Amino acid sequence: MKHLAVLAALLAPLPALADVDPADWDAVTAQAEGQIVYWNAWGGSTTTNDFIAWVGSRVAEDYGVTLEHVKLTDTADAVTRVLSEKQAGQDDGGAIDMIWINGPNFAAMKEAELLFGPYAEQLPNWALVDFENKSVQTDFTVPVEGFESPWAMAQVVFVHDTARMPDRLGSMDALLDWAQANPGRFSYPQPPDFLGTTFLKQVLIDILPDPSVLAEPATDANYEAVTEPLWAYLDALTPHLWREGRAYPATGTAMFPLIADGELDLSISFSPGAASTAIANNELPDTMRTFVLDKGTIGNASFVAIPYNSSAKAGAMVVANFLMSAEAQARAQDPAILGYGTVLAMDKLVEDDRALFDALDLGIATLTPAELGTVQAEPHPSWMTRISDDWVARYGVAQ
Amino acid sequence: MSRRRLLPLLPALTLLALLGPVAAGLWGTVLPAFGHLPAAGLTGPSLEPFRDLFGWAGLPRAVMLSVGTGVLATVISLSIVMLVTAGWSGTRPFCVLERLLSPLLAVPHAAAAFGLAFLIAPSGWLARLASPGLTGWDRPPDLLIVQDSWGLAMTAGLIVKEVPFLLLITLAALGQADAQRSVRVAQALGYGRVTGWLKTVFPRVYAQIRPPVYVVLAYAMSVVDVAVILGPNTPPSLSVQIVTLMSDPDLSMRLEAAAAALLQLALVVGALMVWRFGEVVVAALGRRWVASGGRGKADTAVAGLALAAGTVSALAVFLGLIVMAIWSFAGFWGFPDALPDTMTLANWARFGSGTLEALGETALIAVVVAMVALVLTIGCLEAEYRHNIRVSQRAVWLLYLPLLIPQTAFLPGLQTLMLNLGADIGRGPVMLAHLVFVLPYVFLSLADPFRAWDARMGVIAAALRASPDRILWRVRLPMLLRPILTALAVGLAVSVGQYLATLLIGGGRVATLTTEAVALASGADRRAIGVYGLMQTGAALVPFTLALLIPALVWRNRKGLRHG
Repeated sequence: MKHLAVLAALLAPLPALADVDPADWDAVTAQAEGQIVYWNAWGGSTTTNDFIAWVGSRVAEDYGVTLEHVKLTDTADAVTRVLSEKQAGQDDGGAIDMIWINGPNFAAMKEAELLFGPYAEQLPNWALVDFENKSVQTDFTVPVEGFESPWAMAQVVFVHDTARMPDRLGSMDALLDWAQANPGRFSYPQPPDFLGTTFLKQVLIDILPDPSVLAEPATDANYEAVTEPLWAYLDALTPHLWREGRAYPATGTAMFPLIADGELDLSISFSPGAASTAIANNELPDTMRTFVLDKGTIGNASFVAIPYNSSAKAGAMVVANFLMSAEAQARAQDPAILGYGTVLAMDKLVEDDRALFDALDLGIATLTPAELGTVQAEPHPSWMTRISDDWVARYGVAQ
Repeated sequence: MSRRRLLPLLPALTLLALLGPVAAGLWGTVLPAFGHLPAAGLTGPSLEPFRDLFGWAGLPRAVMLSVGTGVLATVISLSIVMLVTAGWSGTRPFCVLERLLSPLLAVPHAAAAFGLAFLIAPSGWLARLASPGLTGWDRPPDLLIVQDSWGLAMTAGLIVKEVPFLLLITLAALGQADAQRSVRVAQALGYGRVTGWLKTVFPRVYAQIRPPVYVVLAYAMSVVDVAVILGPNTPPSLSVQIVTLMSDPDLSMRLEAAAAALLQLALVVGALMVWRFGEVVVAALGRRWVASGGRGKADTAVAGLALAAGTVSALAVFLGLIVMAIWSFAGFWGFPDALPDTMTLANWARFGSGTLEALGETALIAVVVAMVALVLTIGCLEAEYRHNIRVSQRAVWLLYLPLLIPQTAFLPGLQTLMLNLGADIGRGPVMLAHLVFVLPYVFLSLADPFRAWDARMGVIAAALRASPDRILWRVRLPMLLRPILTALAVGLAVSVGQYLATLLIGGGRVATLTTEAVALASGADRRAIGVYGLMQTGAALVPFTLALLIPALVWRNRKGLRHG
């Protein structure tokens, strides 16, 4: 294999092209034509996979770029792959051209200088992005600085069955009271599942008088004291969880059948449109609705990033730019397709593009952007890592 | 000319294919378990991985789960099979049960486990059928039935799959145990049917089925797919924890995984030794029991209970497959409705293309592996025949060896070893790993019919100046068409059902029906699981149907050959 690679390198007619300047869009599109972009993205959702396939057909049509979806079970696999390529000295021609990424994985890649950029704010469609109001320039408190471009907004919503639980809850304390009065009717995915850890963070943000401390990295000095109320809360909540906390659903989607059967009345989701999409797929009854807490809920953005050693950077930028187009964003927001929140600002769109969004039927269980209320920032990634490890030690074993 | 040189090499090649990956895998486990993993820039030796492992708070429970579920599943399934055979062999109910159980052998473990979960969960089909009429439940009770902390659901999932396996093995052994005459003599002396069988036939049958019983014990203690679907998660069993550690992107976690794999190996070896000791104790107690001369008063009740248990075990899998089929066509299906509001093709339209892709990968791997296993097996048996090699009981244990080493002990090591060598993971290595598990079953399935072939046919052909090769191709193999196709079907079914070998050696990039179906367990989308589970079962069952149909077609005017 190695000999073949050397041979191929010797026979290649041209040296590897110098990286294209993201600001020179004509040069980018010219170089992108004919490139194959390997997009490494979580492949666990059939709806997302279908959307990515559609993106592939559109960029092939408009730009002659071929998009290949490499389906990951865990985004961290892609991070490890790029890291080991760098350690092996493979500084171009890497296997990955684009990664669906955010949070700790982005922080790790940026820190290790594994990313190409800055490029995001030079893309033509950046002009349409609502960077003033949406958290697309920081990712879990880490400054993005153009090393990844946003393509979807996510926000924590609580999903409840109005047939059995008519009223929304305003705070995590109210949730605890409700769970004590209705034992066995609530659960959350088992950490380290990302939605499970998000629930823990949401509890912490909601019950801390001043959550601003979470914006800074956790330290040995403050970690114990800051998280102490969280463990007290969970100690009180756990006996009243589904199965008394002796078992947890594996993922967010695993809670849908439990709600449909009436085992759970309340669950949590990171996608405001997921409940509507699940109703359409017969996975949930049409009595489901969603709500957010009085003080708001955690939100974050999904991004795409380009590894420093990608062999199709121009093609990847074309895809990243297309993902921020009104056409792609409106399709992603359609609950029949994906139900993801848009990153665009409606007032920056031309009339026809805005009409695409106005025409969307968000579904009966989806809150309007106004109803979604305040978006709380994600804590620094270090909190998530430590809380998740601690949860496993406290509740994940020896119950 | 080349074949003459090749044939004597085949037994050696077969042994290499069987034991090579196991030995390499164990080597690849030992090194990182003591801190040596160059791919992650770590060099040992150190005891740090074991320190990490023993520092994990979930370890005692994880170990208890592995040992408890494994031993319990083996004891219960062996008891059911022995008592059913004792009480009923040769009767009409026994024939019915045998017919029910035989096809279940081909149902992949994962599909059977999903079916069982769909059946017995608080929101499962049984609760739906009984609610609200009998139970008064208008919503599922908050009971920890599936994923229970004691692993009882997981044990049940293993039992329903091991009962058919042990029953078929026992049936094969009965023929050589002179069972009928012994029981008749015992009954003439006034012994009950069950007691008479246990006192006279059981020792002889058990001596023959001992290796497969050990295989069941080793397998049940280290199973991953059934544990993922039916087992607890707080904490999981040791084998599941090994797989979790192996899939961590942080390469250094593989050290702890390797340490856990060695612990798993020690547990299985220890359990086998305890089991062997238990045999001695049972034998001593049994001799006293025989000498005591009891004729067996409770025989009827015991036989009745055993038949009921065997029937429940078979029905559980059948009903599980049926409820999976219903889910695959279900529109909205709320609790406690016995059937969905609407039936729809939408689920198949949505997941069908994905299953077809996975089916292609599954079929490609299974066909190549089963064919290679078949060629090696026939080569070995033919070499044995031509060179008149006597096969000792010891050599048979070599066949069982790869099945006795827990998968979670050597597959992680094999993966790590390939990583260290810089070898590409993918389809090829997955096939080699599958071969380790497929080869013994193909060999065991074909060996007896092949050896039982009437050698006088060969003498007649040789007298007609046919060469040994010509005799093999024109006489022996055609006559053995049915057992050969059955062996091939067994090989295909074993390959289709492989989970861990595909997952670990394929590095998550080789997607078969089984890996896709088990991956769906975490998402719990019952419609998707229904579609994948049915496809997986079909992929394993269709070859068996063909193995029955093809000889009947080919030999439609050769009555004597139709049944092999």
